[in-house]
Amino acid sequence: MKIAVCVKQIPDPATPYQLDPTTHWVIRPPDQVMDDTDRYGVEVALQLKEASEGEVVLVSMGPAGNMQGIRQALAMGADKAVIIDDAELKGSGALSTAKVLAAAIKREGADLVIAGTESSDGYTGVVPQQISELLDVPALTFARKFEKTETGIRIERQTQSGYDVVECGLPALISVTAGVVEPRYPTFKGIMQAKQKPVDQLTVSDLGLDGDSVGGSGSGQDITEVSPVPSRQAGQVIEDDGEGHLRIVELLEQAKVV
Amino acid sequence: MRNIYMTDELEEIRHQVETFVEREVVPNGDQWEEDGLIPRELLEKMGSLGMFSLRVPEARGGLGMGEIASVVFAEALATSTFAGFEITALVHTDLAMPHLLRSGTPEQHDRVLPAVMLGETIMALAITEPDAGSDVAGIRTSAVKDGDGYRLNGSKLYITNGVYGDLVVVAARTDPSERYGLSMFLVESDREGFAVSKKLDKHGWRSSDTAELTFTDCWIPQENLLGTEHRGFYEIMKNFQNERLILGAMAVGAAQKGIELALQWTQQRAAFGGTLYDKQTIRHRLAMHQAHVDAGRAALYHAAWLAENGVDATKEVSAMKAFTGEMVNDVLYDCLQFHGGMGYMRESPIERMVRDARILSIGGGATEVMLEEVAKRSML
Ligand SMILES: Cc1cc2nc3c(=O)[nH]c(=O)nc-3n(C[C@H](O)[C@H](O)[C@H](O)COP(=O)(O)OP(=O)(O)OC[C@H]3O[C@@H](n4cnc5c(N)ncnc54)[C@H](O)[C@@H]3O)c2cc1C
Ligand SMILES: Cc1cc2nc3c(=O)[nH]c(=O)nc-3n(C[C@H](O)[C@H](O)[C@H](O)COP(=O)(O)OP(=O)(O)OC[C@H]3O[C@@H](n4cnc5c(N)ncnc54)[C@H](O)[C@@H]3O)c2cc1C
Repeated sequence: MKIAVCVKQIPDPATPYQLDPTTHWVIRPPDQVMDDTDRYGVEVALQLKEASEGEVVLVSMGPAGNMQGIRQALAMGADKAVIIDDAELKGSGALSTAKVLAAAIKREGADLVIAGTESSDGYTGVVPQQISELLDVPALTFARKFEKTETGIRIERQTQSGYDVVECGLPALISVTAGVVEPRYPTFKGIMQAKQKPVDQLTVSDLGLDGDSVGGSGSGQDITEVSPVPSRQAGQVIEDDGEGHLRIVELLEQAKVV
Repeated sequence: MRNIYMTDELEEIRHQVETFVEREVVPNGDQWEEDGLIPRELLEKMGSLGMFSLRVPEARGGLGMGEIASVVFAEALATSTFAGFEITALVHTDLAMPHLLRSGTPEQHDRVLPAVMLGETIMALAITEPDAGSDVAGIRTSAVKDGDGYRLNGSKLYITNGVYGDLVVVAARTDPSERYGLSMFLVESDREGFAVSKKLDKHGWRSSDTAELTFTDCWIPQENLLGTEHRGFYEIMKNFQNERLILGAMAVGAAQKGIELALQWTQQRAAFGGTLYDKQTIRHRLAMHQAHVDAGRAALYHAAWLAENGVDATKEVSAMKAFTGEMVNDVLYDCLQFHGGMGYMRESPIERMVRDARILSIGGGATEVMLEEVAKRSML
């Protein structure tokens, strides 16, 4: 089974983000790390590979930089990576991203695509479903448990009240929720080997895509304004005079949470 | 934080160690300080990730790296603020293991290295004695030839990993007629005649176990002699260079972390209509401490690079060890000062870091001993 994992490189969350004041795009430094969310996708892929046989290919779009984030995923044990970096992709929104990733995945001929549920920097949470639509394969979303079946894949999909068991044949796409597995730390050996693993760096035309259909123009979206999150209001303190719990229940009822 | 000695791989190793430490050590360190021990599961986890194999030759399944890698590893561990944890790992990898790697026979490597690399066997190094510290040649513990081996008698003091470790590299006198007539031995902690006579209660490094060991007619087979008989003193001197680089890295790492904590604290602590950091005296003293940390780090990596390239760097290593061992204490003193009352509280990391740092100007070559090494080599 060939598994493609979508892995996004993002600016290190430990250092504050900067937005370009006119385009509102994130300014991407050359040192980018693997999105923490995608560590779960990589772990799931590696577990599936270990349970059967196969190959794990990383697929990423964005400024390659020094590929620290890609190498972090390779160090965990993925076999190779494909990164699409092209000036024409500047300003890509979710749809452009999905088009590019889908084309790269098609080129690899993957049986299974794994993506995070939402990235930690863009968090639109729509790229995986768009990829599945573009590839015309079923999307098994919010996977919290997964197993390979005789002919395909079975997952438990997290719902608000519990979970659904969903099953389908291959090829397919699954999106994984953060926290469902314990991502392995790369071994030091893995870190040393990561640099020797093949990384294909592709452009839009390598994928046979038309420049106008991707990048800013192919996204069908515009970022018109960015504003900071309003700071949180101070909470309400209820002094417990023995009846405090009643007052809390009342407030919860008013807020319609119970 | 790149410097010319770093590679992408070392940068990634640093990043991974810092991530590991943040997730696995920081949340548990206080408990380990109370228990006076680092859980074996953690050490085994580190071992399985290859953290104990940096210096092991590739042919033996290690990474075959050099002094710079050890320095990166030690500096990254220091971001934990729990130096007791750091020294537990580093005595294993960089104080004791070098003796095994450098002097061990293929048979000894086959026998013990796999478990040592995995952290299933934890190593200690026993040189210091009640009557021989800085003056290593004063060692009295004796190893007398007896049949197909040696009989060990004597005691060792302040031995890190001595309480819970499994395999101790012991220095003992084999040639009583010669001041430097020492030999090194591998001694398993379950050998008859080996005893932990005392678990020592310390000022700092409280999560690290420190022992007084006693050998009473403890018999060691010939195959546990490490290196050449009577040449142990010279082996100790050679390996001291690596040990001092490591202690320097711990000092630089701790001082850097201390500054980070002091910056965080002073920039949010409101006083006199602003924050403490608005006070020029505080900003400037922290800035000067940063300059000292940078100087120490530059000396550290330079000395490590010399050593890695086979240059005799005794002077540079000793100077760096003297400088960083004092520097970390100066820096952390002020970092605690700027925390005010909070810095005096057991709950604050800076309070522990100050206690932990005190040993760095004493152990592995006290500042005075280091300065003597530099002075001797500076005579015209
Ligand atoms: C040249 C260039 C410049 C860019 N500039 C910007 C910019 O300035 N600002 C900005 O915010 N973004 C930029 N991007 C990235 C791109 O816009 C985002 O990847 C896209 O908006 C996806 O949205 P999301 O992160 O919300 O995805 P979500 O739908 O939240 O992500 C879900 C999952 O999809 C996968 N995924 C998403 N994006 C990628 C990706 N790029 N590569 C691999 N897997 C992925 C991951 O598995 C992720 O967990 C740029 C990309 C390129 C090539
Ligand atoms: C927590 C801890 C862990 C340790 N772990 C280990 C271990 O794992 N293995 C091991 O073998 N040892 C270990 N040691 C021992 C350590 O290396 C010694 O304490 C150190 O070498 C100093 O020796 P000493 O204590 O005998 O001091 P002494 O040699 O008695 O020296 C006392 C002081 O005198 C001064 N001094 C010494 N020599 C000179 C000189 N030539 N000129 C001027 N002044 C001088 C210095 O200020 C020195 O601090 C550990 C010690 C501690 C406290």
